[in-house]
Amino acid sequence: MGADAVFRVEGLRKYFGQNEVLGGISLDLYAGEVTVLMGANGAGKSTLVKIISGVYTHGGGTMRLAGRAFDPQTPAEAIRAGVVTVHQNINDGVVADLDVATNLTLDRLSGKGASLLFKPANVRTEARAVADRMGLAIDLGARVADLSLADRQMVAIARAMAHQPKVLILDEPTSSLSSAEADRLFSLIDRLRGHGVAILYISHRMSDIRRLADRIVSMRDGVISGVFDKKPLDYEGAVNAMLGRKIHLDRIVARNSARAVFTAEGLQLSQGSKPISMTLGAGEVVAITGLVGVGKTALAEALFGVRRPLAGTMHLDGKPYAPRSAREAIAAGAFLVAKDRADSGIVGGFNIERNISLPFLKRMSGLSVIRRRAERAAARRQIDELGIVCRSEKDELSALSGGNQQKVMVARWMSQPSRLFILDEPFQGVDISARRDIAAKLRASADGRATLIFVTELDEALETADRILVMSEQTIVGEHRNADIDLDRLLAQVAGGPLQGAA
Amino acid sequence: MTLRDYAIRYGFIVLLVGLIAYFAIAADGFVSPQSAVFIFQSVAITGVLALGVTATLVVGGFDLSIGSVATSAMMAASYAMVVLEQNAIVAVIACLVIGVVVGLINGWLIVYMRVPDLLATLGMMFLLLGLQRIPTEGRSIATGMTMPDGSVANGKFSEAFLALGRHRIDFFIPSLIPVSVVVLIVLAVLIWFFLEYTRFGRMMYAVGSNERAAELAGAPVKAYKIWAYVISGVFASIGGILLAARLGRGDIASGNNLLLDAVAAALIGYAVLGAAKPNAFGTAVGAVFVGVLLQGLTMMNAPYYTQDFVKGAVLVVALVFTFALSGRGKR
Repeated sequence: MGADAVFRVEGLRKYFGQNEVLGGISLDLYAGEVTVLMGANGAGKSTLVKIISGVYTHGGGTMRLAGRAFDPQTPAEAIRAGVVTVHQNINDGVVADLDVATNLTLDRLSGKGASLLFKPANVRTEARAVADRMGLAIDLGARVADLSLADRQMVAIARAMAHQPKVLILDEPTSSLSSAEADRLFSLIDRLRGHGVAILYISHRMSDIRRLADRIVSMRDGVISGVFDKKPLDYEGAVNAMLGRKIHLDRIVARNSARAVFTAEGLQLSQGSKPISMTLGAGEVVAITGLVGVGKTALAEALFGVRRPLAGTMHLDGKPYAPRSAREAIAAGAFLVAKDRADSGIVGGFNIERNISLPFLKRMSGLSVIRRRAERAAARRQIDELGIVCRSEKDELSALSGGNQQKVMVARWMSQPSRLFILDEPFQGVDISARRDIAAKLRASADGRATLIFVTELDEALETADRILVMSEQTIVGEHRNADIDLDRLLAQVAGGPLQGAA
Repeated sequence: MTLRDYAIRYGFIVLLVGLIAYFAIAADGFVSPQSAVFIFQSVAITGVLALGVTATLVVGGFDLSIGSVATSAMMAASYAMVVLEQNAIVAVIACLVIGVVVGLINGWLIVYMRVPDLLATLGMMFLLLGLQRIPTEGRSIATGMTMPDGSVANGKFSEAFLALGRHRIDFFIPSLIPVSVVVLIVLAVLIWFFLEYTRFGRMMYAVGSNERAAELAGAPVKAYKIWAYVISGVFASIGGILLAARLGRGDIASGNNLLLDAVAAALIGYAVLGAAKPNAFGTAVGAVFVGVLLQGLTMMNAPYYTQDFVKGAVLVVALVFTFALSGRGKR
């Protein structure tokens, strides 16, 4: 591109307390181009977007919009200057109880020059104009609450476009859309690109990226780790830059397993996705890796009985296994350390001991009365086993570091023997030493059971697993034994490239 | 522990002891077994209701229908004995059935119909307030009353039933402790043991603190929530039985303060021993606290209308103890 960038960010920094979350970001956006921003969780994408859209102030660096300095103090200021953001949560962009026409013109109801009285006829005409410009085929009288998610998304974008922005930021706009709905969004984006809008598109979905991207920018750990603008675009390179590949200090010795503990045949997670079949052996640790939103959590939940697969059968220890609830899964010996410990793991009012005993109270009770001595003994044993740093088993979890909180979550489910041990993003928000401890403990205790971990970061899979399965588009697209691994092929599978004879 | 920790932990107990000491000096005859028993008797009914509502607070819910469940049970007991001329056992069973059924409906509304707890139980409260008046067309129930169809109801409260409200058990001093106080103490110990020492109670706390974590730990979350409302309903109906036994008639005007006093006791309970969570022991102390306060004020000839104000003020102070001082509200 020879043209000058419409929007230019240089050396942008941001600190949260002592933590540097953005370490000097430079980014150019060009008119009539879609720039895709990729980055794993915690890479700093949202922070960057929030600075550009005026939610956060930056801690160093400059931003220029069409040659002029741009430094919004509030979101409203950013919008007035011509930088409009459509956030990931669709419902933030629309008012559900109002009709489409009012939503499209909402921003004119307030601010300078707005008339005191609400004139429905004017609103209709203005809304019609906005809708026509966008090629929006939605009944303007419909209540937004009655629209599908995709239509709401369209309304949110059209509403944003009513400001006639120079720069449009879309933060994971397809994360809750079906593929047909996403197609409609893409044609809208094509239209905007035709109008000369510079678009920053944040996404993990490779199919979106292949469809839309003119350029790809990868972020990792608060810095730009790669810019790809040569056609044809190097998608694998972009994924590689985003996930990174560090030198592995402690490569593991991959084990083979002779005896199958768990098998799944023809498991289908969503309408239209390819079925999944897999076998997990006794004593082996298997990692399933893939980008955010490819169905890892859905698979974990299906194995744990929290979500019903559309089709398929499972066997645990040769017996049919079809749990309809977490309770049934636990009874059958399948345990899950769920993702997002604060939301789905930690019981805030409980201390370490009570958090650990939570799923196994029945086994620790006589006549339904909890045997406190057994409970305390189990907690002390687990604190020892995993090296949880605390004063005693009576500590509240809020007093522990993230790594130690996660250790408590793992300790909870390791306090009783399991047949199938599932961990969904067990290293999320965990420091490196706690991560090593947890991984080592998983491997050391793996004998006899099947262990399955779901991780986005490739490094975590390489450090922990005997076998790595790759997920993309709600199904498994590749399998690798963690010894002399062909990383290029693995990355190609993560990026959802054309498959060369992969399972 | 810092001074602040001590304040949070023992502040309310110290306040209670201080209050008793003050009344002991200021009001003649405040410190006597009779006076103590009177305090317990005055809080027996609200205490039972408060213990029930504690169960719903534990699972993160709330039950506004307890007051009207109690009065409905009272009317049902009166109707069973006075109009239908049944015995005490039938009357008690009828009340308990009402408690269970209302609890199940509340739970069903909240868990399966997804009605927010406050609204569901508020609706149930209004429904019951109306329903309890339909059989007698709005009249209070007493022996000899005229029924809507012109007949006269000749049944009367059985002696066994009235004993629940009026009989006193010998305890060092003859005829000292009323049965209703015994009922309160037994129920308090039961619910305390249930919540603190059994796995069901533990799980109910887990449900109230992090529903999803409890579910992923294998707890049948919906069942626990419904059970909490059933416990609340049954306790409220027991409160209604005690009320009917004390009054000896089905008085439609009684029981106005039950809901407010019970909720106040349960919320004051949050502050006791710095628990910062609903707990049976705290609720019991909260109920006694309210009782001491009212008895003391009465003995010092404070006008009746100041009592609600004082109760409200105490509740606000207790909530400040719980949320501001211990800093738990922020999390």
